[in-house]
Amino acid sequence: MSKVLVILETAGGKLRSSSLPGITCGQQIAAKAGAELHLLVLGADTSAAAEVASAGYNAAAVHTLTNAALEPFTAEAWADAIVHATRSIGATIIGGTASSTLRSALPRAAAVLDAPVASEVVAIKSGDTFTRPVSSGRALVDVKLSGAVIGFTARGTEFEAPATGGSPAVNALPDGAFDTRGAKVISLEKTESARPALSEARVVVSGGRGMREGANFKILEQLTDLLGGALGASRAATDAGMVPADLQVGQTGKIVAPELYIAVAISGAIQHLAGMKGSKTIVAINKDEEAPIFQVADYGLVAKWEDAVPRLIELIQSSAS
Amino acid sequence: MKILVTVKRIPDPDESLKFAGGGLDTSSSKWVPNAFDEYAVETALRLAEVAGKRDRLAEVIVMSICPAKQRQHVTQFLAMGADRGVVVDADDSELDTIAVSKAIAAVAKSEGVDLTIVGKLSQDNEGNQVAQRVAGLLNVPQAGFAATVKWDKNAGTLDVGREVDDGVEHKLVPLPAVVSVDLRVVLPTSIKNGVTADSHKYQEGPRLASLRGITMAKRKKVKVLKLSDIGVSSAGSEQVVAVAPPPARPSGQIVGSVEELHEKLAKEAKVL
Repeated sequence: MSKVLVILETAGGKLRSSSLPGITCGQQIAAKAGAELHLLVLGADTSAAAEVASAGYNAAAVHTLTNAALEPFTAEAWADAIVHATRSIGATIIGGTASSTLRSALPRAAAVLDAPVASEVVAIKSGDTFTRPVSSGRALVDVKLSGAVIGFTARGTEFEAPATGGSPAVNALPDGAFDTRGAKVISLEKTESARPALSEARVVVSGGRGMREGANFKILEQLTDLLGGALGASRAATDAGMVPADLQVGQTGKIVAPELYIAVAISGAIQHLAGMKGSKTIVAINKDEEAPIFQVADYGLVAKWEDAVPRLIELIQSSAS
Repeated sequence: MKILVTVKRIPDPDESLKFAGGGLDTSSSKWVPNAFDEYAVETALRLAEVAGKRDRLAEVIVMSICPAKQRQHVTQFLAMGADRGVVVDADDSELDTIAVSKAIAAVAKSEGVDLTIVGKLSQDNEGNQVAQRVAGLLNVPQAGFAATVKWDKNAGTLDVGREVDDGVEHKLVPLPAVVSVDLRVVLPTSIKNGVTADSHKYQEGPRLASLRGITMAKRKKVKVLKLSDIGVSSAGSEQVVAVAPPPARPSGQIVGSVEELHEKLAKEAKVL
């Protein structure tokens, strides 16, 4: 029976929730391909494997590769480990969630395995044919991959949480040689925020060029916090330095699909729409009635943010009390 | 120091897509350089040059895999300031991600380059794989999604600020290496080469070709190779079986006031 191997990311002995969509995608591929699902936990500390095994995810086994060279993450050592695990397990389909980690390491490993990879998969057609968006999400392509090994990365916003069940055993794989090729991670400047992560928030409030300056984002933060959401921005706003770059929503930033997306003073360039048009309900507030953002909005309000946002905050506060 | 920069021509992303016969019809498309490759060339030029002087710290080679007659974009990058070009003559139908990556790795190897700079993704296919694959094939370190690059010539290393999911990671890679660039790499002070003053502010974005550059470009060398010259066979690992526009969003409504918006969000969409 062929084997689908899903690579997981953990932190502090826990599975990162961002890995869950990759498991779901792996389950769907395994079902279509008539294959077994295998999971891989790798790092200096792989204690999260126990938690993964107890959730089961209908996997045949949870494999671990425990090696100090795998922490902190480098694409070089992780690609070595992915190649090693793929060969040890005899996996024919490998992948996981399209995070910055797997986007870095999986293609590198795939090159060594001479395996094609479908990036940012949004749907599974069969065991080797996957749907992925191209050209800023303006087209969906079904691509059929051929090779002794094939790969995928799953777009996190497109797969629900995976089904749990089964009782896979935890299996420590034989150790291998994992090397960073002289690369060193010097620092990771994490964006500290009390708000939920952009990719996981139920509500996202984003501001664009029309906010004019960083100080004006205060009012959006107020709306964001009132709704328990995450703050985002368009490329125009992050490029202008109004807010940090990692708040950018779009083709080149974060892909989000919250229940409610509120775009304030954002014109709606194609590359921004590519990052948010999967949202369930989209609200656009813009003073320019010609702004392209109104074409994807469920509710559009032609108004200046200076007038509309404070009033919206008042109305939400008064209806809550 | 030799820097290889990969460049791709793509159908103008500002034109609307034409769906025909189960695929995309690009027969009447205007072809333009991929924006991320413009950022890659700008990165290479900022690393190679000493601002305000003629001195160069590195040779910049632009490489493209395209039909040899359709290499206008390569000429454009030579006009921007790259020193010479390599074109691998191939039709899109002969290419997949594996073949493209092998061709780049082969050229990087035969040219003996110290640094390969690749745009993070092409705006048409959006694969975001090539730099990582080339690094894997060459068995050298990689730094992807670069927002900043600082070159330490004496140590032979690059300090790359990488945009990752939860912030910015600084990764130190010894040369030779492969770097993929993200869009913030073209902000005014993103690139430091240790010779141009760290405080030097470039104009934001990739530079435009000067008149002199355009004249000079015609005299710059472009080597044309075939896939078979570099030992790459056209591959068939990716087959497009269908292309379709995404399902359209139901059309929305324009509301007349903030009060109406609040009412609809609460009662109709039930999201408040």
